[in-house]
Amino acid sequence: MLALVVAHLLVSLVLPGLTGRHTRIAFGVAALPPAAALCWVLAHSRAVLSGAGPVEAVNWAGPLGLGFAFRLDALALVMTLLVSGIGVLVLLYAGWYFERGSGDARRSAPLLLAFAGVMLGLVLADDLLTLYVFWELTTICSFLLVGQSGVTRESRRSSLQALLVTALGGLVMLLGFIVLGEAGGSYRISELAENPPTGAPLSVAAGLILAGAFTKSAQLPFHNWLPAAMVAPTPISTYLHAASMVKAGVFLIARLAPVLAGVAFLPAVTAVFGIATMLVAGWRALRENDLKLLLAYGTVSQLGFMTVLAGSGSYTGSLAVAAMLLAHGTFKATLFLATGVVDHQAGTRDIRELSGVAGRLPWVTTVSVVAAMSMAGLPPMVGFVAKEAAFEAFLGGGWDVAVEVGLILGSMLTVAYSARMLWGAFAVKPGVRRNEADPAPAALWIPPAVTALGCLALGVGYPLTDALTSAYAGRIAGHEGEYHLGLWHGFNPPLAFSALTLLGGLALFALNTRLNRRRELLPAGMSAQHGYERVMGSLERVAVGVTGRIQVGSLPTYLAIILLTVLVVPGSVLLFRETPVENLRWWDRMLQLPLALVILIAAAGVARARRRMTAVLLVGVVGYGIGGMFVLGGGPDLALTQFLVETLTLVAFVLVLRRLPARFTETESSRGVRVPKVLLALGGGVFVGFASLIFSSARDTASEVSVQYLEHAEEGTSATNVVNAIIVDFRAFDTVGEISVLAVTATGVASLVLTARSSRRRRHARSRRDIAVTSPGTSSGERGSEVS
Amino acid sequence: MTEHEHREKSGGPSSTESWFRSDAPAERWLLSGYSRDSRERTILLELVVRVLFPTVIVFSLYLLFAGHSRSGGGFSGGLVAGQAFVLRYLAGGRLDDSSTFSMRPPVLIGVGLTIAVLMGFLPVLFGGLVLESGTFAFTAPLLGKIKIASNLFLDVGVYLLIIGVVLDLLRTLGSGVEADIAASGEERR
Repeated sequence: MLALVVAHLLVSLVLPGLTGRHTRIAFGVAALPPAAALCWVLAHSRAVLSGAGPVEAVNWAGPLGLGFAFRLDALALVMTLLVSGIGVLVLLYAGWYFERGSGDARRSAPLLLAFAGVMLGLVLADDLLTLYVFWELTTICSFLLVGQSGVTRESRRSSLQALLVTALGGLVMLLGFIVLGEAGGSYRISELAENPPTGAPLSVAAGLILAGAFTKSAQLPFHNWLPAAMVAPTPISTYLHAASMVKAGVFLIARLAPVLAGVAFLPAVTAVFGIATMLVAGWRALRENDLKLLLAYGTVSQLGFMTVLAGSGSYTGSLAVAAMLLAHGTFKATLFLATGVVDHQAGTRDIRELSGVAGRLPWVTTVSVVAAMSMAGLPPMVGFVAKEAAFEAFLGGGWDVAVEVGLILGSMLTVAYSARMLWGAFAVKPGVRRNEADPAPAALWIPPAVTALGCLALGVGYPLTDALTSAYAGRIAGHEGEYHLGLWHGFNPPLAFSALTLLGGLALFALNTRLNRRRELLPAGMSAQHGYERVMGSLERVAVGVTGRIQVGSLPTYLAIILLTVLVVPGSVLLFRETPVENLRWWDRMLQLPLALVILIAAAGVARARRRMTAVLLVGVVGYGIGGMFVLGGGPDLALTQFLVETLTLVAFVLVLRRLPARFTETESSRGVRVPKVLLALGGGVFVGFASLIFSSARDTASEVSVQYLEHAEEGTSATNVVNAIIVDFRAFDTVGEISVLAVTATGVASLVLTARSSRRRRHARSRRDIAVTSPGTSSGERGSEVS
Repeated sequence: MTEHEHREKSGGPSSTESWFRSDAPAERWLLSGYSRDSRERTILLELVVRVLFPTVIVFSLYLLFAGHSRSGGGFSGGLVAGQAFVLRYLAGGRLDDSSTFSMRPPVLIGVGLTIAVLMGFLPVLFGGLVLESGTFAFTAPLLGKIKIASNLFLDVGVYLLIIGVVLDLLRTLGSGVEADIAASGEERR
């Protein structure tokens, strides 16, 4: 399974070479890995449904307990069908949707494929940390895909909002994962499901994980990033923000349902947030005029619906959520793709400007009607089957009644905005000029037709849907339930609710125009978008305030803060704890004495130096002196490195000194400034001196680790130089970390220097241009030198 | 120069020419093909650098490979190689115009880091652990028995990265500051 995920990522790496000239071929190639994943999953489906799906674990850092673990079970099967199946269709569709060789196409092909890969990894993951890694990778893909070229301010803001909200939730979720993993003694989900932890840690973990799920699945009050993300091109909105990624939150709740079964508040919390989201977003969808925004709010609303079902934990509820995942994936993908065709062919997706598209695009209209019927929950579509199961799940007494009422109200809104979407996109509207729309190429309408066929097939072929979903539900509830998905259960309450929903929804749609007029009169009230903007604004203000107070831009101040910290934190310990200095020797070899004398004289010279160059050279002498000490002490590697670093430092200093005044200060500073500086410097020096004395006397025999290193260097790493063996083998992890830090630091310093230079140069150029404008006679010569 | 051209045209490749010019540099004097302003130029240093540069680079490679059993290693090897470039910069200036070393410092840093990290993950492909190392020994004709430890490649990454860091230093604080001085001198004029 890891191989499949890696195959996605590898193909997406080589794809940029192809997208430039052969856009459609590139998208076709990109569709191959998801197609392979789909075939592989289908080949294993029989084994999975009987409860014996393939399992894979790759330990890449065993001693640290880090590894990738994957398991194909019933839920993963359902999600993989969506992720890979819709992935193939969207990639093929995108090849015709994007203009050939355009920047969007070149960016989107590899990113969409990479996203398909990480999403596959996410749904197959059986390890909490594996899941987290893929979870955040989907967030990053989403950020890049929404942002695209980042030219418009709107796309930048939307992508950043999506990134911040979902990454914040992801971090909170990681905290929950760690609490869960540490409390349960394992990070494997399958092991946790068998022995779930109990008590307070479980409740804390559940709360934190729900925060992650709610942000990802756009639940109230985090829902606003999803409609904002609709600035992305339609294939991307279809795939990420309707069919797959936003379902990750619901998937997570469903995936961890057996682990979190002992959490008493889980069903209540998911019900409250889910129903609130369902109602608010459904209400908003009735007001939007942009078809994509309408569908986006519809997605938010449906995600609320699924959250309620996923949190219920009952057999029928689990059955319903699995069916709903399939239903929503198929109908929402169809509608988004169809909207994309309308937008592509008619040039607009604004309800107020579209009219009579049905006559122009008959096939697109047909598939949209099928999908909208599924969304509204009409027989014989899979949406109806799933909704019947959902109504059935909350037939009990007590709080279930409130949940059922909420679901019915939310479904009425769903029916209303489904009708509004169909009417808005395709109907002939009086007073609106009919759109010119060219017939869509087959490649644009076949993918939505396939998904629409899925809506119908999964509904009519309900035994298949039942087989797919009951395997998952049976695992959650721990037993087989009596309820089965179907089109006809006789005259029972769910059927009545469905009829009620349909009638109420159609009435709402009929009244909608009048309602909208009323709605405009209502005060704006609370808005999640304003809340987000206010939070971000205050965060930026706090950051500016803190930075302004800490980063004053004075080198002496920074040095003083560092030295004071050193003196206070480790220095005070030295004062209060008795630390004997034992085995004090004045020297080991006589040669050390003259060397020490040289170092001392040079150090005293540095303190007396007035010229920068003198000081730098004397510091160099001290450094070389220390290197000499290393030679005498028997550390040739250490000495070699010390000499080299010292030389390089000297060179760097000299290079910089060219731009600095020759002397440190032209005028004497006042006593009030000098005395504290001197005291601080003396304190720092005395502390470091004493500390090194104490540390070096604290260890008179080789430590256990050193002995181990010396013993194992030859046979363990085949290196006879133990220093090198430590660097490249025993502590190789540290080495990689250190060189990463070095790379970042070097790049950062270089960028800082270059930025300062380029801004200075720009300033010069501007002032020079001003001169040139005032004295036009010399302009040509000035320009010439400016360019150089 | 003109005299020489003249002689070449008239006499062709004569014995006197080869006698006079047998050890004249046929290519550019310094590898960068650029020499400092005559007021700042020291021919002596340029000559020394010309001779020394390849030697120092070879020495740095020795340090890199010797690190396994003697003093040295990727870090000190990289620093030595970096200082060869420092010498070249001091003698010739303007390292960034050099056509002999066209890889940009940030790229070199990235390549070094990538090699080190990939080498760390390579054992995973063979069922080992991250950063695990193995040794391959073989006998080559003339050279005798050769032993290569896989962790040498980690050192190669470190070596390249350090060279990149030093080159970056020369680019920003060396040539950069120099260009700044030149620009401000122009300003004053």
